[in-house]
Amino acid sequence: MANFETPALREYPVIPLVHAGTMAHSKPFVAKPDLQKALGFPGELPENWEKQAVKKLGELVDESRALRVFLDSCVKCGACTDKCHYYLGTSDPKNMPVARQDLLRSVYRRYYTLSGRLFPKLVGARDMTKEVLDEWYSYFHQCSQCRRCSVFCPYGIDTAEISMAAREIMDSISVGQKYCNEIIGKVFSIGNNLGLPEPALRNTLDGLEEDVKDETGVDVKFPLDEKGAEVLVITPSADFFAEPHIDGLIGYAKVFHQAGIRWTLSSHASEAANFSMFIGSHENLHKVAFRIREAALDLGVKRIVVGECGHAWRVAYSFWNTLIGPFDFLDPRYPVPQHICEFTYDLIQRGALNLDKSANDDKVVTYHDSCNVARASRMGTMPGGQFIIPRAVIRASVNKFHDMEPGSIHESTFCCGGGGGLLTDDLMELRVKGAQPRMQALKHVVEDHGVNYLAAICAICKTQFAKVLPYYQFPMDMIGSVHGLVSKAIQLGTKE
Amino acid sequence: MSTVTIIYAVLFYVATVVLVGGLAYKVYVFACTPAPLKIPTTPAPVTRLGVVGRMLREVTVFESLFKSNKWIWLFGILFHFALLLVLLQHLRYFTQPVWSWVVLEQPFGIYAGFIMVVGLLGLWGRRFVVDRVRYISNLSDHLMLALLVAIALSGLMMKFVFHTNIIGLKEFFLGLLSFNPQPLPADPVLLVHLALVATLMIVFPMSKLLHAPGVFFSPTRNQVDNPREQRHVAGWSASIHNPGGR
Ligand code: SF4
Ligand code: SF4
Repeated sequence: MANFETPALREYPVIPLVHAGTMAHSKPFVAKPDLQKALGFPGELPENWEKQAVKKLGELVDESRALRVFLDSCVKCGACTDKCHYYLGTSDPKNMPVARQDLLRSVYRRYYTLSGRLFPKLVGARDMTKEVLDEWYSYFHQCSQCRRCSVFCPYGIDTAEISMAAREIMDSISVGQKYCNEIIGKVFSIGNNLGLPEPALRNTLDGLEEDVKDETGVDVKFPLDEKGAEVLVITPSADFFAEPHIDGLIGYAKVFHQAGIRWTLSSHASEAANFSMFIGSHENLHKVAFRIREAALDLGVKRIVVGECGHAWRVAYSFWNTLIGPFDFLDPRYPVPQHICEFTYDLIQRGALNLDKSANDDKVVTYHDSCNVARASRMGTMPGGQFIIPRAVIRASVNKFHDMEPGSIHESTFCCGGGGGLLTDDLMELRVKGAQPRMQALKHVVEDHGVNYLAAICAICKTQFAKVLPYYQFPMDMIGSVHGLVSKAIQLGTKE
Repeated sequence: MSTVTIIYAVLFYVATVVLVGGLAYKVYVFACTPAPLKIPTTPAPVTRLGVVGRMLREVTVFESLFKSNKWIWLFGILFHFALLLVLLQHLRYFTQPVWSWVVLEQPFGIYAGFIMVVGLLGLWGRRFVVDRVRYISNLSDHLMLALLVAIALSGLMMKFVFHTNIIGLKEFFLGLLSFNPQPLPADPVLLVHLALVATLMIVFPMSKLLHAPGVFFSPTRNQVDNPREQRHVAGWSASIHNPGGR
């Protein structure tokens, strides 16, 4: 399929020996100047770019305690070295979290610490050079910002924060990644990642109404821009577009239908994703999120519910209140925002949904915890609700469910390999190799329990799995939405 | 007063100023740097009290490290707790009369010296044996371990091989504390031990030893997981003012 070898899946996890430079060639396409300018970055490398990059680094450290503490505190204990799926899948030592941090830390030490200024060799400090920049571009685009390393570091050092900062520095001197920056540009110009304009969106939704009507005989609505609806649903635009995402959207619609709650999508904010987080740009982070506040105010809704999307849930759960709050114009009886799984779970608890598990008896299901949901957010009121609630929704919809092995779920979950703005064809080798730890754990439940359905609540995970599953000899349609299962199980016309 | 005494008196005053001043400055900088977004590594406690518990578990039983790697955890915990006991035992050289609990702790403190060496050698060994850790080790990482091992060994040597003039040493430090320097016994092992300790004190605030104060300021560990319940703003996010609410 490609000019690289798909890693083998083993009986037991094996920590590979270090093979320096195996992924040094991996680089995503660079963004063109006009793309950079559209996001407020320079189009060309400035003449004194080294200086500017170093200056930007200093500014970022000054405005982020996380960055400062993380750069100062690492003791090189090595506890994180075998925790990154990209290291496990590629054996390139620069994909060990601490080594990835060191690419930036070496420059920080050189310019911002006494020991690095006086004895650069001794403490591994480096000047900002073209080689360093090239290395940054390569390896900070081999981090999916999944935070697995931060779970295991004794100081909670989160390499995601470091790679966000590195990408922000690179953008500030014009060196941006095409995939992410093109997508953010599309959100500004059209309203969503896919570049789906309003008429096309309306068309799609009308089509879905017809499909569901044909299949079930019930008039399930997919409302767009309906003023006065109670709930605004913000979902990744992938949900409008392709399998298996779209089954999830149909699931949401059926849940709203049966619960009798008026809801709407927004053409102004037809995208939950916020790729600005991946590039560490807080101006763009705010700008992209702000459309949602505008949409909620404009439509006069009382609640906001977020669809199945991992990093979008992180931004929504952890950052929205800061970025686009306060939400004093919404109904205070509900959390803002609410995850679609929380929403469905509450309805199930209240007995408002009629789910027939046997409708999914052809499936043996396992669940993939998406990184940003697992390690950067919560659902419900207790810590760890993000693990319990989606599983409870699945179990209410299917009879056969098996978790993958403990070290690969919950907070220890392995990234799908395509998060953090790496879901692009020019990084295919990285994506396939980075999926190895997840595929290995999957293989075990496939062999032991006959699992044939991998449920997820993240648009990136779903797209990534559909692409990489075949490399590991699994069928690509094994991946599905959690609300795709709900959609199958829900008995329309029995409650409403 | 001998030259040696003067040199060591000055050395320890300087080392103390650098250690205390450097750490205070670093803590001040950590504290003043804003954390604009909520980024706790979840699942995280949802209350302040819960966070205090999480932090206590991190600094007493090294919770995350335990999840991560049992060998590093074992050597790390041996070293840190032995170091703590040894430091407490050393209080006897700075207090007159010696506090009674320090007297009781004395025997543990002495043998802790050996455990400290075991922990350090374990950690150091990993830097040679485990290829991943070898890859990430800088010269400074080796030197830091060498420094600590040398401090421990020179200390143990004075306890068990070449006994030093403890009374004279104690008078020297009590003198320093009252700004009335007394002569320091010119015993070579003692001089080496003290010089190494002063070196450690001086490099502390400008090295990775900053992990000691750093851990308390790590936002992934010290933030409460309540972004929906309570609007968090700091630094650049404090300047966001959104129009159009109620
Ligand atoms: S676990 Fe933390 S302290 Fe240890 S090497 Fe990794 S980043 Fe550094
Ligand atoms: S955040 Fe994830 S991808 Fe990045 S270094 Fe850590 S474990 Fe690897």
